[in-house]
Amino acid sequence: MTALGKLDSANLNGGQKLAVKYFSVALVLFGAQVAFGLLAGLQYLMPDFLYGVLDFSINRMVHINAMVVWMLFGFIGSVYWMLEEESGIPIVGLKFGNLIFWIFTLAVLVVVAVYLLIQVGPGEQSTIWLITEGREYIEAPRWADIGIVVCVLTVFYNVAATFAKGKWTGIGGVLTLDMIALFAIYMAGMFYTANISIDQYWWWWVIHLWVEATWEVMVGCIMAYGLMTVLGTSRKIVETWLYIEVAMMFGSGILGIGHHYFWIGTPEYWLSIGGFFSALEPIPLVAMVVHAVFDSGVNKMRNTNHPAMGWLIAQAFGNFFGAGVWGFMHTLPQINLYTHGTQWSASHGHLAFFGAYATINIAFFYIVMQKWRGNVWMSGGLFGGWKWKWSMLLLNLGMVGMTIGMLVAGYEQSQIERAIEGSTWSGFFAAQSHVWFQQGMFWREVFGGMFAVGYILLVWDLLTIGKRETRAALSASGKR
Amino acid sequence: MTTSTWWASETFWRKTAIWVTAGSLVVLIVLTFDSMAQISAGTKRVPAYSVINNRIEYKYDEQRHAQVPVIGKEEPLFGKKLTEQEAEALVSKGKLTTQAKNCMDCHTLLGNGAYYAPDLTKAWLDPFWGSRAAREELMVEFIKDPSTRLHNGLGRRMPKLGVTDEEARAVVAFLKWMSSIDTNGFPTNFKPLDQEN
Repeated sequence: MTALGKLDSANLNGGQKLAVKYFSVALVLFGAQVAFGLLAGLQYLMPDFLYGVLDFSINRMVHINAMVVWMLFGFIGSVYWMLEEESGIPIVGLKFGNLIFWIFTLAVLVVVAVYLLIQVGPGEQSTIWLITEGREYIEAPRWADIGIVVCVLTVFYNVAATFAKGKWTGIGGVLTLDMIALFAIYMAGMFYTANISIDQYWWWWVIHLWVEATWEVMVGCIMAYGLMTVLGTSRKIVETWLYIEVAMMFGSGILGIGHHYFWIGTPEYWLSIGGFFSALEPIPLVAMVVHAVFDSGVNKMRNTNHPAMGWLIAQAFGNFFGAGVWGFMHTLPQINLYTHGTQWSASHGHLAFFGAYATINIAFFYIVMQKWRGNVWMSGGLFGGWKWKWSMLLLNLGMVGMTIGMLVAGYEQSQIERAIEGSTWSGFFAAQSHVWFQQGMFWREVFGGMFAVGYILLVWDLLTIGKRETRAALSASGKR
Repeated sequence: MTTSTWWASETFWRKTAIWVTAGSLVVLIVLTFDSMAQISAGTKRVPAYSVINNRIEYKYDEQRHAQVPVIGKEEPLFGKKLTEQEAEALVSKGKLTTQAKNCMDCHTLLGNGAYYAPDLTKAWLDPFWGSRAAREELMVEFIKDPSTRLHNGLGRRMPKLGVTDEEARAVVAFLKWMSSIDTNGFPTNFKPLDQEN
């Protein structure tokens, strides 16, 4: 461990000590996401690779579940990180919070072990209670669903009770309300029905209202805290922006759920509602870019933490392009009829989740490491500063490359499989065999490899950044 | 920031955020009630489970400018006419099996899922099955053990997932029922199996 230098927990408050546990698990799961993504991607090129051992369905499930959980762990960690600073008092019921962390982590390990070792079960209720629910993104078996609800209720208790006892801030208020929504919505997915239209209707409440509403607001809170910490932007400015973002995010995102109700049996009015509101969804993301870039400009980019600042700006643009532009490109029903369920969705999904959520978590990891090392210098002229720059470059370039690879494949699929062949079995494989599709999948894997190298570099950098640093951090107000 | 204009004030935006959120949520809840009523099994958009006793077609509708499912003459699945309750139990078993075998992490259903294998929305009507007479048994056999059957020229194959005969028949019932859901014309330009001969 000496290679890592001294990580002194005395530098952290109680909530922050718990937060670093969440961040550690998040970072490991991020690695699992990358690894299983590479396996699944390789199976497009070599269908017999791990066939019958770790089939595509399993790799893909672990790939996306690891992503959901690592981002959630990152968010929970961020909440614990800022809780004592925001409320001004030690966390109420921190012991419970610690206990729940271990239970939560253990549950995740058990779920993943069952995914990998048992994989599927008979067509009985026992399977969806114990092995998998078999519903994309929320495959976790029902026992784990209940566990997740109990865990997050405890987190919510920590947050609400601490703010109630200490002082409420704008960020605190938004965070608390957002967490109620986050947890209430999760329960919308916890039932079985034979009716697949009703099933998918509520399934989208969980998936869409999480990622396109409550998660985005969570990001708004983290961004507000991040800009105050890194740039020294005033609370009044970030909180006013936060309210603007919430108004626009929920105003467009809640009814924007309609873009998932075009083709699942739901009434035709969703075509208009979904098309209109999802066309508005990029607006808050533009606002977030303006906010982050404007505040950086006001401070002439002078900030206390260069890697974190870099990733915050990457978040602003990544969120706008990945979630906003890539989403809007195929959100109108006239286009979505041809792109729905093709590599278009995968292309959008990759850039959006990375741009909106991976980036903000990485930014936060750097804020964490700075404090953990004893609030050391992290502005210009860092020791080993090449590492964060190269990992940032490789991760972003890798992601853009994957996104473009899948987009090319998606265009080809929309044309051949959807428009010409009409989505029959033979149409599907005609498109999958086409050289443009195959090339897209090949380059996706190559850029996936680049992304993986970026990830390894990121982990190395996070573990070592600031270890030989003796200078104190630049203070956010501009003086050392 | 020293400005005191109303449009830049914290209070104004806090109130706006609360009202916009509450308003959107109320609209969503109202629409959800309406949608639930329109997509319960046994409605015009989502037919009763006993629809598996009939032929399902997918035809272009001039008025809607889209293909829509059409429920045709009596044509019971596996030659056995089921009551509404029996049909529901069978379709439900099939749906449960698709979840237990994680179909959605390779296939899409109603266009949602993963993109490694064909969409199943109209699998029942796919010309791949060749003829109406052979379709039912071919589907059952394929689902039970697809690993040795020819799928495509890519070498991509569905694995054998331990589906029993009973489960496979239920899955076919579920697929037949799903093909009768009115999906606003998705997938478009689909060329269904010829069911006339």
